[in-house]
Amino acid sequence: MSLRTPLGRVLGLGSSGGGTGHWWSQRVTAVALALLGIWFVFALLSLDLSSRADVSGWLSRPLNAVLMVILLGVAAYHSLLGTEVVVEDYTRGSARVLGRVALQFAHVVVAGVGIFAVLKLAFGG
Amino acid sequence: MAQFRLPANSRIRPGKAWSAAEGAKRTKRFVVYRYDPDGGGNPSLDTYEVDLDHCGPMVLDALIKIKNEIDPGLTFRRSCREGICGSCAMNIDGTNTLACTKAIDEVKGEVKIYPLPHMPVIKDLVPDLTNFYAQYASIKPWLQTRTPAPPDRERLQTKEDQEKINEPSACILCACCSTSCPSYWWNGDRYLGPAVLMAAYRWFVDSRDEATGERLDELEDPFRLYRCHTIMNCTRTCPKGLNPAKAIAETKKLLAERQH
Repeated sequence: MSLRTPLGRVLGLGSSGGGTGHWWSQRVTAVALALLGIWFVFALLSLDLSSRADVSGWLSRPLNAVLMVILLGVAAYHSLLGTEVVVEDYTRGSARVLGRVALQFAHVVVAGVGIFAVLKLAFGG
Repeated sequence: MAQFRLPANSRIRPGKAWSAAEGAKRTKRFVVYRYDPDGGGNPSLDTYEVDLDHCGPMVLDALIKIKNEIDPGLTFRRSCREGICGSCAMNIDGTNTLACTKAIDEVKGEVKIYPLPHMPVIKDLVPDLTNFYAQYASIKPWLQTRTPAPPDRERLQTKEDQEKINEPSACILCACCSTSCPSYWWNGDRYLGPAVLMAAYRWFVDSRDEATGERLDELEDPFRLYRCHTIMNCTRTCPKGLNPAKAIAETKKLLAERQH
């Protein structure tokens, strides 16, 4: 039971002054993923995925490797932005903070592993 | 966590049933949510059979008939009975709308009537809109200027500029849209909701207002504004045919615009 006024509760801690960057990044990464996704699908169709040498040879070309690294980075970032929204929607208080931190850690790890895998194939075969 | 099930004391149980008067030829069943805060029991669904030959055409007419002739304890808000006061907003046949402008014959089968969703219920069909009104007050819904008003006349607008505020100022604050929004259900304590965000937008497009920057500052927040995920329930349900989702999208565009 609180005797704070309803307006006092609504005003709360005030506006955080953020959110626009998050919203904008979500849209920019969506556009980037659409373009990179088309490129990736066509690339997969032209590859023999059962042959490690074939995939490795394809990735050893600088343009392909760079685009793959960008795709992984952008996909991880876009996924982070989207799942953060889910956590913000459905959790409260400390669960919200912990959830977001866990997502940030997980996405950096996933992106790091993916990029390492691409580089390993690109440079080492 | 967001709650997906009603708390135990809010779960709805079967209620009483009243038959139509004898000799009624054309009857319709109204299933109405009842909750009595003084009784201490759970909410229930009461069923009333109404003789349509002796009832007005709108759902509100039926509710008034029920209250006058069958069950005087039935509690609901109503005032203008012509869709301009917003008092009789409730959930009819699964959609938030105004009982006074919803025709009974638009509903097939029995007419199910609940209070606006996800609000605390004061009694029967009367929700507690305290938070909603406080949110409306928080956006300072009045003209803010630094330039003093001309001494000899009102502040002028062109006809084109005036037309921009026609739609957003036609909102009657019935709360149908905000209480249809899942984002508002989960985070209504911090998300302002479509009705209030459209009310804020009404001042962005008012050529006389000089506080757009400060107003945008107040909205720029992951919860106050950006909980809107363009679900569009607000626009679907608006009994006045307005488009709060578009007003919110335009607000997001204004915020993006001032960063580029």
